Amino acid sequence: MGKWTRRGVLSAGVLGGTGLVIGIAVRPGNPTETAGHLVAGEGENLLHIYLKIDSENRATAILPHSEMGQGAQTALTQMLAEEMHADWDLMRFEEAPASAEYANMALGRGYLFKGVSFPDVVVPTVDGLMLNLADAIGMQVTGGSMSIRTTGQYFLRAAGASVREMLVKTASKAWGVPEIEIRTAQSMLYHDKSGRSAPYSEFAAAAAEMTPSSTPKLKKTSRFTVMGQSKPRHDIPSKVDGTAMFAMDVKRPGMVYAAVKRTPVAGGTLRRVDDSAARAMKGVIDVVKVGPSSAAGLVGSYSAGDTIAVVADSYWRAEKALAALKLEWNTEGKERVSSESIFEQFDRDITAGIDRANDVTMGDATAAFDSAATVLTADYRVPYLAHTCMEPPNATAEVSADRAEIWVGCQNPLGFRQHLAASLGLDVEQVTLHNYFMGGGFGRKSNADYALQAAMIAREVGRPVQMVYSRAEDIKQDFYRPAVQSRFKAGLDAAGKLVAWQNTYVDKHEPVEAPLIPYAVAAQDIGHVASPTHVPFGAWRSVDHSQHGFFTESFVDEAAHATGRDPYEFRAEMLKDKPRLLAVLNRVAKEADWGRPMEEGRGRGISLQESFGSIVGQVVEVTVSGGKTWVDRVVAVIDAGYAVSPDGTKAQIESGIIYGLSAAMYGEITIEDGAVAQSSFADYDAIRMHDSPAIETHIINSGAEMGGAGEPGTPGVAPALANAIFDATGKRVRTLPVIKADLRNDAEASPAVAALGA
Amino acid sequence: MTTFTLNGEIRMVDTDPETPVLWVIREQLDLTGTKFGCGMAQCGACTIHVNGRAQRACITPIASLEGASVTTIEGLKGADGSLHSLQQAWIDHQVPQCGYCQSGQLMSAAALLADNPNPSDADIDTAMRGNVCRCGMYGRIRSAIKQVAGASFYDAMEGSQNG
Repeated sequence: MGKWTRRGVLSAGVLGGTGLVIGIAVRPGNPTETAGHLVAGEGENLLHIYLKIDSENRATAILPHSEMGQGAQTALTQMLAEEMHADWDLMRFEEAPASAEYANMALGRGYLFKGVSFPDVVVPTVDGLMLNLADAIGMQVTGGSMSIRTTGQYFLRAAGASVREMLVKTASKAWGVPEIEIRTAQSMLYHDKSGRSAPYSEFAAAAAEMTPSSTPKLKKTSRFTVMGQSKPRHDIPSKVDGTAMFAMDVKRPGMVYAAVKRTPVAGGTLRRVDDSAARAMKGVIDVVKVGPSSAAGLVGSYSAGDTIAVVADSYWRAEKALAALKLEWNTEGKERVSSESIFEQFDRDITAGIDRANDVTMGDATAAFDSAATVLTADYRVPYLAHTCMEPPNATAEVSADRAEIWVGCQNPLGFRQHLAASLGLDVEQVTLHNYFMGGGFGRKSNADYALQAAMIAREVGRPVQMVYSRAEDIKQDFYRPAVQSRFKAGLDAAGKLVAWQNTYVDKHEPVEAPLIPYAVAAQDIGHVASPTHVPFGAWRSVDHSQHGFFTESFVDEAAHATGRDPYEFRAEMLKDKPRLLAVLNRVAKEADWGRPMEEGRGRGISLQESFGSIVGQVVEVTVSGGKTWVDRVVAVIDAGYAVSPDGTKAQIESGIIYGLSAAMYGEITIEDGAVAQSSFADYDAIRMHDSPAIETHIINSGAEMGGAGEPGTPGVAPALANAIFDATGKRVRTLPVIKADLRNDAEASPAVAALGA
Repeated sequence: MTTFTLNGEIRMVDTDPETPVLWVIREQLDLTGTKFGCGMAQCGACTIHVNGRAQRACITPIASLEGASVTTIEGLKGADGSLHSLQQAWIDHQVPQCGYCQSGQLMSAAALLADNPNPSDADIDTAMRGNVCRCGMYGRIRSAIKQVAGASFYDAMEGSQNG
């Protein structure tokens, strides 16, 4: 078996660099010899690693991405069906298995170098450059809003087109007619001159013997008939009648249940446990300690401290017994750390500016500030955030001396499998991972800690174990969107033009461009300082964009208002050389009827954010009364290049907006005595039906390079909300969540009125 | 021993009387459509019908169900297997994303419409505010409920649907 080399990667046309994938030459291999037995059943022919056709002419797309709600699987299947000229009603899809043979193919063997195994180094260290590289080659990672724009755009369309070509070639030979005379439509082959026709299935077996072309001809956008249509999602019927399978719905013979508690102070250790009361309780089988774990996550790496688990014959009994444990934890010197002390540290480190690393240096900022007519400064802060997926982390595991099997819903099946093997001292081939629908992912389910816990517990007790987090455990043992402080200084000239922009923030992760502004400001100085804390970091829907979108688009708004400018026009003037961004901004202003007079107590705010290759503009309308904010309406415009499934794109934007709005309005994880203080939806709430706004989403198909949809809706809602609150009240929210800001007007805040309200 | 009717069938369960029915139906009766979301009646993922009323299974002790009629998401379809009009509306509006909360959302909505076939927006707010959807599909849920409102009558207590 050959070795993967950097040269090999480059010659295949994948450029890692700083995060841009610049084109990929597709070199599919013949997959049937290695993958056929894994994914093709009776009567099915595997024509391509991503496609099989059965004797009834049904075609199944085999997709290397997980389903966590984003609906990408249906859209990916549309991309394949489009190029294959398939009958949509005959299309199905399934998730690729996370098994050695298939994994190697999914990771590039089939596409790049037949018979070459993917480098081990890429699997466990999926961060930075490697994240982009791995995503580009269709690894089984689901994140970074990547599925459509990489796997779909580069691989599945090519797969569909090359399969169609092979079927045409095979039919041409069998019928003795030139390829050019054969026409394909709706999963059928036609030779009009002779009146012959046949379903794809008739030639599937013969075509499966061929090697797919490396340069199939793709359709022009103007000829799409399946892409660009809102096809109903295939997974939805099972999600309305209770039959959809999530990992927690798995039941194994002899399975027992584990309730867990990990060290409250991240990275801590268990000092003492008195489990005598718990062990005496009904149904309790064992009390198990699991040591710390660490592994690479999608973005950065993570480590997790000691866990104590109670294993019982029912989850309820396990939970009850867990509560009966007497536990003492070591706090590792972190017992005095609080949110207040963390923000004091950020403030200190930003002021000191030690080892400040620059993201952008443009023009002469010092001179620009010196000559500015108006200079304004502000500090912005956001708190830690948990993910609170509706489905708490859980996994079911069976582990013996020489094999492990795990049932889990995760965003990175291959990475999880690798981590499990390493932690259990097994070869990767000895670990079987069954991936299920995720009840939400949002980045949380890219860290393998919960799968490892389940596997370690199962190994200890020697029986199949289903481990389930309580909601409190989910909130307290998350990997958090970091708390961040960001300090700004802006300079405006006498005409009210923004001429200087300075920004220093703490805690940089990805994407690297998140703190950048799209506006034409001649002098810019953007940089960051390190200010590490012990609170574990995790990728949270849109990652660094989630905070920087709020910071930059709020402060631009402040700059507009500082000289009495309209915040929409102020932005538009600085986007003259960015037509795509300007088009989104103009469209959202038009759709929201920007400038329409609003009643007293109401306000509107605008934001513009480019992330994950897509541009999103948002206008939020609010009513603020008695200090309470109601979000009435959100108008959004997305330019993702081309929307493969427009309703799916809209659903993602709606979802991203509500996720971002939940955080902006209510979301705050605080640290007390070194530990996370929150434990339930009562103290870490989300937007619900009664406070969810009407959302209108509009799509621009600009024809630009395709962007993502899962994340780009999230960053822009917090700033548009804060800008709307300013419009309504004259009060600038610089610290989230909004619910903690005092937005009462003078009359409402007066002692007499306050007393009436109380 | 607790005896109750589950989706039209009489079931007898012998377990700790305080065990929440959520775990009884999931672990012992193998009906996994009802989901665990918080265990504290704060998210609605486990919503079932008890004598026609929406109730959170995660805080409903099994012993409290003696003689009760319980419907879960698996019992929402008609006896002939046809979808409840809300289930069809959920598909029409492409409501679910991850889908994990949707059993609970549907059960809350079905109980609402059984009680109030033509709910106002405020009625929908009140009936549905106990159900969290982290994918944020509230707008689609509201549209789907409105599509069905007034168009059909569902007797949650009987677990069947009439025109």
